[in-house]
Amino acid sequence: MPLRSDLKKVLLIGSGPIVIGQACEFDYSGTQACRALKKQGLEVVLVNSNPATIMTDPGVADRTYVEPLTVEILERILEREKPDALLPTVGGQTGLNLAIEAAEKGVLARHGVELIGASLEAIRMAEDREQFKRAAARAGVETPRSGRVRSLDDARALAVTLGFPLVVRASFTLGGLGSGTVFDLAELEETVTIGIAASPMHEVLVEECLTGWSEFELEVMRDRNDNVVVVCSIENFDPMGVHTGDSITVAPAQTLSDKGYQLMRDAAQRIIREIKVEAGGSNVQFAVNPKDGRMVVIEMNPRVSRSSALASKATGFPIAKIAALLAVGYTLDEIPNDITKATPACFEPALDYCVVKIPRWAFEKFKDTDPVLGTRMKSVGEIMAIGRTFPEALMKGLRSLELDGIAMAAERGEGFGRPEDDPRTLREHLLRPHWQRLQQLFASLAVGETPEGLAEATGIDPWFLHQMKRITDTEAEWRELPSLAAITPQRLWRAKRLGISDARLGALVGATEADVRALRLGLGMRPTYKAVDTCAAEFEAQTPYFYSTYEEEDESRPGTAPRIVILGSGPNRIGQGIEFDYCCVQAAEALKEDGYEVILINSNPETVSTDYDTSTRLYFEPLTLEDVMNVIEVEQPVGVIVQLGGQTPLKLARGLHEAGVPLMGTQFDDIDRAENRRRFADLVEELGLLQPASATATSRDDAFVVAERLGYPVLVRPSYVLGGRGMRTVYDRDDLASVLDGGVALSADEPLLLDKFLEDAIEVDVDALGDGTDFVVAAVMEHIEEAGIHSGDSSCVIPPYALGDELVARIKEQTLALARALRVRGLLNVQFAVRGDRIYLIEANPRASRTVPFVAKAIDWPLARLAALVIGGKSLKDLGITTAPEPKLVSIKKPVLPFARFPGEDALLGPEMKSTGEVMGRDVDFGRAFAKAQLGSGEGLPSGGTAFISVKDDDKRAVIFMAKRLVDLGFKLIATRGTTRFFKLNGLECETVFKVHEGKPDIVDRIATGEVTLVINTPLGRVSQFDDRAIRAAALRHGVPTVTTIPGALAAVSGIEAMLKGPLGVRALQEDSCAPA
Amino acid sequence: MKPWMDADACLALEDGRMFYGRSFGAKGACAGEVVFNTAMSGYQEIYSDPSYAGQIVCLTYPLIGNYGVTDADFESPRFHAEGVIVREHCEHPSSWRLEARLGDWLTERGIVAISEVDTRALTRHIRQAGELRGVLSTDDLDPGRLVERARASTGLMGADLASRVTCAAPYVFAPGERGRVVVYDFGVKRTILTEVARRGFAVEVVPAHTSAADVLARNPVGVVLSNGPGDPAAVQGAPEAVAALLGKVPVLAICLGHQIAGLALGATTSKLKFGHHGANHPVMDLTTRRVAVTSQNHGFVVDEKSLPAGCRVSHRSLNDGAVEGIAHDALALVSVQYHPESAPGPHDSTGLFDRFAELTSTRPVAAPASAPVPA
Ligand SMILES: Nc1ncnc2c1ncn2[C@@H]1O[C@H](COP(=O)(O)OP(=O)(O)O)[C@@H](O)[C@H]1O
Ligand SMILES: Nc1ncnc2c1ncn2[C@@H]1O[C@H](COP(=O)(O)OP(=O)(O)O)[C@@H](O)[C@H]1O
Ligand SMILES: [Mg+2]
Ligand SMILES: [Mg+2]
Repeated sequence: MPLRSDLKKVLLIGSGPIVIGQACEFDYSGTQACRALKKQGLEVVLVNSNPATIMTDPGVADRTYVEPLTVEILERILEREKPDALLPTVGGQTGLNLAIEAAEKGVLARHGVELIGASLEAIRMAEDREQFKRAAARAGVETPRSGRVRSLDDARALAVTLGFPLVVRASFTLGGLGSGTVFDLAELEETVTIGIAASPMHEVLVEECLTGWSEFELEVMRDRNDNVVVVCSIENFDPMGVHTGDSITVAPAQTLSDKGYQLMRDAAQRIIREIKVEAGGSNVQFAVNPKDGRMVVIEMNPRVSRSSALASKATGFPIAKIAALLAVGYTLDEIPNDITKATPACFEPALDYCVVKIPRWAFEKFKDTDPVLGTRMKSVGEIMAIGRTFPEALMKGLRSLELDGIAMAAERGEGFGRPEDDPRTLREHLLRPHWQRLQQLFASLAVGETPEGLAEATGIDPWFLHQMKRITDTEAEWRELPSLAAITPQRLWRAKRLGISDARLGALVGATEADVRALRLGLGMRPTYKAVDTCAAEFEAQTPYFYSTYEEEDESRPGTAPRIVILGSGPNRIGQGIEFDYCCVQAAEALKEDGYEVILINSNPETVSTDYDTSTRLYFEPLTLEDVMNVIEVEQPVGVIVQLGGQTPLKLARGLHEAGVPLMGTQFDDIDRAENRRRFADLVEELGLLQPASATATSRDDAFVVAERLGYPVLVRPSYVLGGRGMRTVYDRDDLASVLDGGVALSADEPLLLDKFLEDAIEVDVDALGDGTDFVVAAVMEHIEEAGIHSGDSSCVIPPYALGDELVARIKEQTLALARALRVRGLLNVQFAVRGDRIYLIEANPRASRTVPFVAKAIDWPLARLAALVIGGKSLKDLGITTAPEPKLVSIKKPVLPFARFPGEDALLGPEMKSTGEVMGRDVDFGRAFAKAQLGSGEGLPSGGTAFISVKDDDKRAVIFMAKRLVDLGFKLIATRGTTRFFKLNGLECETVFKVHEGKPDIVDRIATGEVTLVINTPLGRVSQFDDRAIRAAALRHGVPTVTTIPGALAAVSGIEAMLKGPLGVRALQEDSCAPA
Repeated sequence: MKPWMDADACLALEDGRMFYGRSFGAKGACAGEVVFNTAMSGYQEIYSDPSYAGQIVCLTYPLIGNYGVTDADFESPRFHAEGVIVREHCEHPSSWRLEARLGDWLTERGIVAISEVDTRALTRHIRQAGELRGVLSTDDLDPGRLVERARASTGLMGADLASRVTCAAPYVFAPGERGRVVVYDFGVKRTILTEVARRGFAVEVVPAHTSAADVLARNPVGVVLSNGPGDPAAVQGAPEAVAALLGKVPVLAICLGHQIAGLALGATTSKLKFGHHGANHPVMDLTTRRVAVTSQNHGFVVDEKSLPAGCRVSHRSLNDGAVEGIAHDALALVSVQYHPESAPGPHDSTGLFDRFAELTSTRPVAAPASAPVPA
């Protein structure tokens, strides 16, 4: 059946901000879906609040709404656009849940919109854990023993029948939110309470605990003719009990015999048929008892997922694209396989390589939470690596993670297993799945533990552990070698075939990476490149998708046109995410159009950049000097772009430069002048600009002296730190003492950096573009939160809303002066702090910044594309650029924070970035734009109720005005004793509420009852820290909007005001665009 | 060969190309046609499938032996592949069903096996050159001598390998209540027998050269023509015997059996440039328009143009349009080129055995239009 002729216009819902459990894989799937549908001649309408996505780029859909994902907003869009159908399955759990809500509230029926891809019944049956169990039973597939629980009484009763340990799982949630393994009644009650709150249905499933069983996933597709194919099987290295999103996973399944695999495939088919997923992809998860093969189904997601993105990258089969085509009428046999061109998409890819995915966590940023893995997903990103063997893929994967510091001492070169590794402590660690379990396993093997013993302790299949032992055995051999000279070509070949890097091999024999590389190249030992072709070479492939391996035959085929290599940004992490992928993708497209062949290197399977369609040729490789140089040798590009993928490629600039590789865009020396603190300070001085006073301390005593000299408060940063990690604001001597006691390394080699902290300063971000001669400022962004809160964690506004014109003009001038001095070719990001009329320079990044996609949307200017063209050789004059467009609307970018995932972590902002994603609110005025940003972030704003206010003394005066406005808007105020007295003195009605421990009900109880709708709480300092934390934790748990800064509170009040004025309108990006969409 | 490879085994192809690696099975040498298979699991089923007699099998999935071998997974009592080529053999398999390591098993049974080979390069080579004769050797690594040997070896064209792998005498595989099904053993896979038996039939297996009269004397409700190795045109007497059966009893034909049925109907067969060897091949049932992902292993096909009247193409490969099944309703013939019994591979088309089971309660209504030309 071909394209349905009754469909003309289709609405897609994106997945909103990047959060843990839902990351840029949905940009990849949504972008694919948009493009596929548009190519079919359908008009595509898209709504997504996340400005950093490719899919929201104005050229991808026909009508793009960067608006909050709420039913009210969705209805407004439906009113305006009147689409025929809604495709709910490509926007993650968020898209699916919004579609369900709209269907259930009758909104879709009211506007005559049909759900395509999966029906409401199918979605419900798959997502409602209880209904799913029944469906599985009908399909003849076993599920764990369990029961539905809506109250604590239900839970207690069930615990008696099933016995501990138990697993609690919430319905309609993502990333295991609201779930957990519990060992006793108290834990059960706590987890059930949280789970019921997290589930939109207010129910959880309590079931038998299968921790230690093997976990598998199948990616299944079904069309309306009932054809079903299994695109990929995935085996989890970490057994059941660790969320698949937090597990190392391998494709295809390694330890299943064909008999076992086919049973699983049959079960998945029966389930997808029983659930009646009409046309699209689903992910089905299974657990298998490794002792007897008993198989149960764990869940099914009737939509594209993180795993389907991984499966697409692992196999070359574009699941989301095919799912979109199936939803609009096609059947699998009618869709061609892009890669072979000659065969249809109705088949099951055959792999002739092994794929490993490893998650990346951010526990170093969340020190108060237990870094243990469980059924709730906690990772913030992932990498994928491809090799011909498991060790090769695993080792490539490990180095793709770009872990620094202690986390990867081994990757730094020492090899696994250090003398201080005591097998007993290692063993203890292993019993709880820690985020560094992989490294711990390697270390244990290196000190003599057996694979069988470790398997027994961890439940990990011995197959994986034996494979790992091949690496530790090889390393042990190498460590015995007297020197580089003792390395035979045979030995080197074997080590390279296991995926071990030159750097690591060098360290094992006391040589450098360069030594090993020279030795290797001297022998002519180079990696070969093999294509990912979906068919294991059975057919000729057209794919431009390669990975490296040490084999005999090389399949790479560099083209003849001039080639440019773009280095991607590697795994998502806090501080470096989808924004950089956006820049790489935009650049790839622009440069392809400009006549170049674009070579992309990246290791992140969630991204659009690693779609084989994006570049001319994709190399799925780690972003290390070794791996990148290998590709460069094959491709012989005219240049390499290091400024678009964030800090990852920028860090390689030196190595590439020294190897004689031409960098395109800003040159290495200028990059270094911006990145190197000392050289940057000289530059700033030369230009006559201001920087906050700063100094370094090399000892503890020194630190106190320096801090006194600068004057408290000071900003402290350990020198090894990147991305604001470990940065702290220190208010006095005691505070500094506690930081120093907190295990900060401090020596002449690792000095502590101290900056004078600028209090109450307004932070400003600027993005600029230059061609080496001419420069323009793209936008000046004023932050809502004051300096001291990481630029990535504060909301920012275009155009500046409080800074005077004169200041903005000076900021622009200073930016241009810097750009000129750094001879910027491409992008430059500068951060300032403004205090009174003094402008301080905080840092300059000679690269694309996190804000580039936001700026592009706010001013309707394809900034990343323009930058790419300039880097490729065009001048601003060639492009006809003299200034950037003025924004027509107010745009606000608001960060989204992951605190709810990290119990025990204080929900407080500071100089260390903690947000995972962002949303954009755009409207005609500040209030409305802010209200939309707030709605988009999922926090929302109350339209009435009780506001609880608790602020530090310094903030009391500032809060009065705001409190008055809240009262005028109809809010009731409550506050603790001191603040109440202060309010009363100022003529405001206010009720006193007990602090924690003062009596019952205290403020935490009042938040728990749902009475409090807004919390304004600025940190009070150490004295009442406990109270503060408890309040913020309670607000977080109960989903009460909380503001922790005065400017933030002011913005919130403006937002509330705007919302009360009337319903928020919507606008498509294309409406404000001057360029044709 | 790259100078740093510690090779102690090699594959020499008739066109002179050499591949090197390490021996992980028996020592010695073997010759055969080199074929690849892209199934990612099921190596044991593949190696023990009699259809691979005369062939050296290269598996494209690089990690082989991960879950060891187990008695229950054998498709026949022994390994039939002449030799085995893999990228990596797993030294430490893991599975609750595990009974032995693959390498040990191969060694004990005298099968020459080589690992560490760039199997993707080999597969691409075969894809381009067509299937080639080769010699796998662990004792002599001299290219000149080995290539000569490869050229001297007999290929599959014209080879009656079925006679080599068929059973020596008829035997009863399983009793059953639903009537007797006689299975021609051209190299039958055990799963074909179990699929038929599972549907309640008494299953009797007869050697490849059994006459039609002998078969009819057993009073069967249906006849199955099994899979098997080699060139269908070379299986002495089989097409004639089948021609004599068609019209008298419902027939299910699989793979080599399918080709023999084609010959029996007067059609011709020919060799594909490179066969279909994998477990992911989409086949459309032209009646239902439903697609099944199938297991396939064939180098020959029935020529569509040569099909007699009354016989239609029932299944077609979506990949290259090849004939994957023919049907003759009046003769009650169901015939497929792929493996509905899978093993290894998806179970998507086990329904074909049900269709055959239904047919057994009907009677053919006509005799074949034209008799086969004696070979
Ligand atoms: N009964 C159970 N026993 C042990 N672990 C479980 C059980 N059920 C689920 N899990 C673990 O919890 C993880 C998350 O559960 P799942 O239902 O897949 O949630 P999500 O919808 O977030 O993916 C699974 O990946 C699995 O490791
Ligand atoms: N001297 C200072 N006074 C006040 N805040 C500062 C100062 N220096 C840095 N900050 C704050 O710390 C944040 C992170 O510092 P920055 O140097 O930009 O680190 P990163 O490299 O992580 O972006 C800034 O966004 C700003 O809010
Ligand atoms: Mg789920
Ligand atoms: Mg899951």
